[in-house]
Amino acid sequence: MQMNRTGAIVLRQFYLLRGSPVRVLPLFAWVTVDMVLWGFITRYLNSFVSSGFNFVPALLGAVLLWDFFIRVMQGVTTAFFEDVWSRNFLNIFATPLTISEYIAGLVLSSVATSAFGLVVMIVLAGVIFGLSLLSYGVLLVPFLLVLFLFGIALGVFACAMVLRLGPASEWLIWPIPALLSPFAGVFYPLSTLPRWMQYVGHVLPPSYVFEGMRAIVRGAAFSPALLAAGAGLDVLFVLAAGWTFTKVYRHAVRTGLIARYSAESLS
Amino acid sequence: MASPVLSVVGLRKEYRETLAVDNISFQVGRNEIVGLLGPNGAGKTTTINMLLGVLEPTAGTIRIEDLDLATHRTEALERTNFAAVYAPLPGNLTVSENLHFFGLIYGVKNLGARIDELIRQFDLEAFRKVKSGVLSSGEQTRVGLAKAMLNHPQLLLLDEPTASLDPSVAREIRDQIREYAAQGTGGVLWTSHNMYEVQDVCHRVLFLSHGKILLEGDPKTLPAEHGKESLEELFITVAREPLALEQA
Repeated sequence: MQMNRTGAIVLRQFYLLRGSPVRVLPLFAWVTVDMVLWGFITRYLNSFVSSGFNFVPALLGAVLLWDFFIRVMQGVTTAFFEDVWSRNFLNIFATPLTISEYIAGLVLSSVATSAFGLVVMIVLAGVIFGLSLLSYGVLLVPFLLVLFLFGIALGVFACAMVLRLGPASEWLIWPIPALLSPFAGVFYPLSTLPRWMQYVGHVLPPSYVFEGMRAIVRGAAFSPALLAAGAGLDVLFVLAAGWTFTKVYRHAVRTGLIARYSAESLS
Repeated sequence: MASPVLSVVGLRKEYRETLAVDNISFQVGRNEIVGLLGPNGAGKTTTINMLLGVLEPTAGTIRIEDLDLATHRTEALERTNFAAVYAPLPGNLTVSENLHFFGLIYGVKNLGARIDELIRQFDLEAFRKVKSGVLSSGEQTRVGLAKAMLNHPQLLLLDEPTASLDPSVAREIRDQIREYAAQGTGGVLWTSHNMYEVQDVCHRVLFLSHGKILLEGDPKTLPAEHGKESLEELFITVAREPLALEQA
């Protein structure tokens, strides 16, 4: 794997962001809206609770972590969509670039854009609503890591889906986080869910993060082994996503799909 | 004798019931410009897509600089580049950004200096910081050609490179490509529907029809060999009555 080729994908994303405020705005606009909206909701809920329970780390913290996962996933897919939107597949896949270098470039682009979103959220939630992620202790690092890896896995899988089904399937990708959130127990314990939804929830690595986060907020014990299980699932999802993308790419090369994304015909 | 830049043996591409390319074999030698000609649907673009590694052949081998494309894809494509009218560079990047992006992917040494050189060569100085998408089709073609030359490719694939250029610029581009082929050790595979241009530039032509190579030879003498007055007349015969030539 050559870093210059991976770096080129990241550089392209930087060029696009530098040249277009429209692309910069979504990096912080939606997370800002979420922080402000949920910040005031938690403040309102706190005014009802007499026991001293603080909704800020439980609810606003959950929104922040879930938004981070969404930013990571969309960081990967958006970088990929740039090639779809500019009909660049023929140019890019007719180069020495390998699939692993290309995916690594998408992932590194996502690291940069999602880190930016995370910083914006931490500053807003901290300054306006007094949320300190340090209240999660050392588990904050594995929390972020588990969500990051799942975001990468889902992002790469989504790219494979668009490559296979065509540019219009982009519209199937955007709602994926919303579809997963009820199962991942972002705002409530998995035990709240019906049994079949709990089974789905246990397969999703973020559910272990949110269970752990709520345990910390309640002052209850949380087994790091559960979080390790979440990380283990993440590794499986990342490997499966990489495998899926590679299979779909090979299918696209075999059937001429890559060329059709750009060429007008297959004469 | 020096090995060819490109060697294609028994190349075939089948899509379910359609045979797009039917067992073709040819070579591109060093300092040689080979014209790949044929009517629409003859299999030219399919062949070029296979040479670029974006379409897997059903059968056959492609060797670029003696490297098998199927097993040494990265190394073979490092020595290849292309320009095609149907594959413009991303319109949301400037000319300079596009050249930097592709230059990094092709691992071009002294990239900044190489870009300056190509921008001068293709008269793109005024557009260096202009987004490629707002350029005229002729200007975009020149940017595509600059990108195609970035890595000093040994094999240069050009799919109708002068299709959208005015005659004056087209002549300049032809001269530059001729010079490029003459100077180094590379070769060029060129498709065009402009038979006067092909006669002017190509050392050898291959006529494709229904996925097969029907004729091969010197574009200056080939028409007479088949009783035609010009290459254009021969092209029309290939397009309308390929069987007559096959049987001849």
